[in-house]
Amino acid sequence: MSKVMVVTSGKGGVGKTTSSASLGAALARAGQNVVVVDFDVGLRNLDLVMGAERRVVFDLVNVVQGDAKLPQALIRDKRIETLSLLPASQTRDKDALTEEGVARVIDELREKFDWIICDSPAGIDKGATLAMRFADLAVVVTNPEVSSVRDSDRIIGMLDSKTQRAENGDKLEKHLLLTRYDAARAARGDMMKVEDVLEILAIPLLGIVLESPDVLTASNLGCPITLHNPASPAARAYTDAARRLLGETVAVTAPDERRGFISRLFGRRAAA
Amino acid sequence: MNILNLFTRNRTAPVARDRLQILLAHERMSTGRTDLAAVLQQEILAVIAKHIAIDGDKVSVKLDRGAQVSTLEIDIEMPQGALEYR
Repeated sequence: MSKVMVVTSGKGGVGKTTSSASLGAALARAGQNVVVVDFDVGLRNLDLVMGAERRVVFDLVNVVQGDAKLPQALIRDKRIETLSLLPASQTRDKDALTEEGVARVIDELREKFDWIICDSPAGIDKGATLAMRFADLAVVVTNPEVSSVRDSDRIIGMLDSKTQRAENGDKLEKHLLLTRYDAARAARGDMMKVEDVLEILAIPLLGIVLESPDVLTASNLGCPITLHNPASPAARAYTDAARRLLGETVAVTAPDERRGFISRLFGRRAAA
Repeated sequence: MNILNLFTRNRTAPVARDRLQILLAHERMSTGRTDLAAVLQQEILAVIAKHIAIDGDKVSVKLDRGAQVSTLEIDIEMPQGALEYR
């Protein structure tokens, strides 16, 4: 049974692409057949974050419009055999995607892969609605910050009304992935705590990824952090999140406050 | 930065949480109402269209919420002579 999972947030810059690549790589390392699909037509970046920017020949728009066959557009990861990427087009805009075309591509991907991870663009327009349209489950990426939480709330509303599952009255699992969390600041009362965000958004927690310079290092190198530095706290958070997605019961470990303090002293902000 | 900030802890996270809770309670409701205006427009249009040939673009439905009174404003432009035969 293949699963279509949308990684979405509403707000930009919270870590959708980083999370899509990291979760995809972690699932692939666990032996799953995974494809990560970039839905950010016109502003593709997943190829860059996954280190495949020089291997893009055909893209999602080419396949949707029938100009290329799916296998021609899929890029297999050089590090993990079971991980593939379907890049977005850089030269077109989101109107180049049609619901019928995306439905056809997703159906075809379902035959080849266990996990189809749809990396949503920011916003709530066509690109974002098509990325979530055929999802079986959703990962809502949120920063502990007012604008991100507000936008996530809006996106959760859309997941409950605009997806095919919602329209058919089927259940669509939603998971919260809290990223760029700083446990020390939360402990001082300068940042909303995990419980605050969970209480407001009221969806189950998939994981907490601490603010970490390791994330930027991995994207600089074009390697998902779960492959580049599997022992780092951020990679462990993503790997644990992937295990939870596979149905394992893995306790969410309380973020280490001392580490947060140290990274505050020496660390720099990581771009999501 | 004020040196006093080092000693007096200004906890801003509870403020953020409270502001969000109030805002989202409001927004979750109003999202529903936006849809209501669209639904009303469609259904009102359908009822009138049964009797009079009207242009769908010439119908406007506005929902306005005030502190004391809320109003529903329906503005339909009739084609010329539409009412004369009745």
